[in-house]
Amino acid sequence: MYLCTISGLRRALVSIAAAMFCLSTAARAADLTVYTALEADQIKPYKAAFEKANPGINILWVRDSTGIITAKLLAEKANPKADVVMGLAATSLMLLQKEGMLMPYAPAGLDKVDGKMRDPAASPQWVGMDVWASAFCVNTVESGKKNLPEPASWADLTKPVYQGQIAMPNPASSGTGFLMVSAWLQMFGWDGGWKYMDELHKNIAAYTHSGSKPCRQAAAGEYAIGLSFEYRANKTKKGGGPISIVLPKEGLGWDMEAIGIMKTTKEAEAAKKLADWAATPEANKLYAENFAIVALPGIASSMEFIQGDIDKMLIKNDFAWAAENRDKILAEWSKRYDGKSEPKN
Amino acid sequence: MATETLILPDHPAAAAPLRQKLGRDDWIMRGAVVALGLWLIVTVLLPLWALLSKSFQAADGRFVGLANFQAYFANPALADSIWHSVWVSLLSTVICVLLAFVYAYGLTRTCMPGRGLFRIIAQIPILAPSLLPAISLVYLFGNQGLVKWMLFGASIYGPIGIVMGEVFWTFPHALIIITTALAISDARLYEAAEALRASSHRTFWTVTIPGARYGLISAVFVVFTLVITDFGVPKVIGGKFNVLATDIYKQVVGQQNFQMGAVVGLILLLPAALAFVVDQLMQRRQLALLSARAVPYAPKPDATIDRAMLAICSLIAFAILVILGVSFFASIATFWPYNLTPSFKNFDFDMMDGGGWRSYFNSLLMAGLTALFGTAVIFTGAYLVEKTPRFRAIRGFVQFLALLPLAVPGLVLGLGYIFFFNNPANPLNFIYGTMAILVICTISHFYSVSHLTAVTALKQIDQEFEIVSASLRVPFWRTFMRVTLPVCLPAVLDIAMYLFVNAMTTVSAVVFIYAPHTTLAAIAVLNMDDAGDVAPAAAMAMVVFATAAVTRAVYMLLTQGYLARAQMWRKR
Repeated sequence: MYLCTISGLRRALVSIAAAMFCLSTAARAADLTVYTALEADQIKPYKAAFEKANPGINILWVRDSTGIITAKLLAEKANPKADVVMGLAATSLMLLQKEGMLMPYAPAGLDKVDGKMRDPAASPQWVGMDVWASAFCVNTVESGKKNLPEPASWADLTKPVYQGQIAMPNPASSGTGFLMVSAWLQMFGWDGGWKYMDELHKNIAAYTHSGSKPCRQAAAGEYAIGLSFEYRANKTKKGGGPISIVLPKEGLGWDMEAIGIMKTTKEAEAAKKLADWAATPEANKLYAENFAIVALPGIASSMEFIQGDIDKMLIKNDFAWAAENRDKILAEWSKRYDGKSEPKN
Repeated sequence: MATETLILPDHPAAAAPLRQKLGRDDWIMRGAVVALGLWLIVTVLLPLWALLSKSFQAADGRFVGLANFQAYFANPALADSIWHSVWVSLLSTVICVLLAFVYAYGLTRTCMPGRGLFRIIAQIPILAPSLLPAISLVYLFGNQGLVKWMLFGASIYGPIGIVMGEVFWTFPHALIIITTALAISDARLYEAAEALRASSHRTFWTVTIPGARYGLISAVFVVFTLVITDFGVPKVIGGKFNVLATDIYKQVVGQQNFQMGAVVGLILLLPAALAFVVDQLMQRRQLALLSARAVPYAPKPDATIDRAMLAICSLIAFAILVILGVSFFASIATFWPYNLTPSFKNFDFDMMDGGGWRSYFNSLLMAGLTALFGTAVIFTGAYLVEKTPRFRAIRGFVQFLALLPLAVPGLVLGLGYIFFFNNPANPLNFIYGTMAILVICTISHFYSVSHLTAVTALKQIDQEFEIVSASLRVPFWRTFMRVTLPVCLPAVLDIAMYLFVNAMTTVSAVVFIYAPHTTLAAIAVLNMDDAGDVAPAAAMAMVVFATAAVTRAVYMLLTQGYLARAQMWRKR
């Protein structure tokens, strides 16, 4: 009789444990683990559109800032968890390419992709999706209160009047931060670039983890100026933030968001389908809702608050150089600005 | 000088000179104790061991001795963090314990009105993730802060913000300990003091403070450990002020430098373990203070003191309510600070970082499973450790393992879990990235306090029950289900509640081991704040708080009626 109670209890426990196990590892036949640095508010429509076109494949996003996704991929090199990398900076994908972690694949419709926006090989290891570029978010209310002139250029940002008013993303974690630093070093030269950053550092109030945060903080008035990128600026203004969007006149830092398949994937077929989809006009139309320049030429963008021709304002960007020197640049940056002790409050 | 030490048997059966033959019950219980020990070895000891060994290895697994530690101390920014952590924690501890002492004094030693309400308000911080006070402080004292002028131009980002946030978050922990210490004092001492015409000032310093000193010391260690190992507050409001807890996160999540993370983890383990050891030694001495003839102290009304205490306690309670209220208002404002029309825009979590509403439901599931399985394992475990006859060495070792998590910061435990369970050679590797590992890790993280609660309740039950049952040949599990469990029901439910609330609000251990489909609400708060979605972060923190608060309220309402009936036997 007692044994009966016990076995009843045990049966209950076993079934609960089994249920728990099922909850955690429920059958997911074609699950595709996709590492991404796309914005959280972008990935939802992308996922919905892809899964609608490819029933049976389920995207599992692992989303974080560019630097963190890059570091994660490199750290997991021996035992990669990702199947596809989508919406990561081209400079980061080039690092993975150098490490031999990507699978060459020519997606359907590759011939229509802008030649500048892909790995030039016949079977490219990465294919671009869109271009994202730097922009300032300037809080109009706070600027008025503090009598701040609206900055028009990178050079303006170093003026003493902006001391403690600027937030900027940390380039080690944020792709948006890195493309700015890379742009300054290319525009002003290695020494000139660091000299510029030394000056800028005096005005920086906070280095943030994410590339979106400076713009959101500027919109909330926490800091008057946030160095960010055009998608977030447009979106924040649309959401009611009292900001004006400035594209600095010396030229915009930029990078490409791109897609690549991990060589180690066990879901190669599903992964290729995602790469194919990423180069379709449908996908590019979705990108164009967020960015001015996309991989397929001739798709019109719809960014209502961005004025000026972004295409013409992009600096001449040597991605190979930026990818090659990424570690060196970040180490130098950390040494100069990260390790600096707390400024006097 | 040879002296014989007299070892008292811990219950009469053990005193029998003849060794009893072990019965079926004994074997089952011993087997279960061993199983529990193995469980704790796998879920606590081995992950810690993995962390320790990792700190002596290079990224490729080569043994490199102290090279990682040398690299750590050679980096001035990292080494600064030790000093930062220590002084910020000391300052927070002093302020928190002082405030909690005054508040506890008001609750236990005066007749000020509204003590019941004050007790409830003081529990608020325990129901929210530690990120909530930090977010509220940004809204209060940040550059757009409502009362920014109160800082006289100082910045909230840095030590000031950390200390304020930590004091808020740890206040209930200190209060519970000090209230208990003040509540057990002996009224006869005060009568004696009065008879000797000691001034109230003198009575306070010679009777009240010494009587509460162990409680105070315990509160100091608990708060210090909580602060130095907390990561939520400095992450949100620390600015460029680095502390150990944020360093671990940066090394591991930001740079994927696991070896350096292990080094910082070990450094963080030291003060926490030290505080634990000292506290354990102190508590051993506390027992001697209680005597059977003590008369409970009943405060007498004193208009001046009551009014003064009411003023101070109101101020503290007001501060707690303000901090909670600010997050609430920020979360329902359309666009803080420019458009304050209420809206639910910030609750549209699916368009933000952190995993959306799914994180919230994951958290509910995780907290529910933790409460269910955790209570079952911990209470049964405590029963076995307490009631298994003889078998001392093993029971002692299991008891040690059960208390060990108290000395291990959550971040350190979580990091150990990566090293141990993410190793492809580990046969348990399959639970990595599942809900199960989050539940197991959370149970281990909060094991000790639950275990101590269970042990205290079990110690109140007379050993006679077991002896009588055994002589009637009733198997132990029947006694357990029919007698022990019902009698200890209040403690069992308390444990379940404690585990549920902590599982809802915890960030530290699980932040390293959640997977894309097991994101959690409290971690979503962190990720949304990181991405600059501060108002939605506040909104999610409020959702977590509301869940914990409602659960707690429902629990209180339900149990009051039920427990009153079930515990009727305690009354005459």
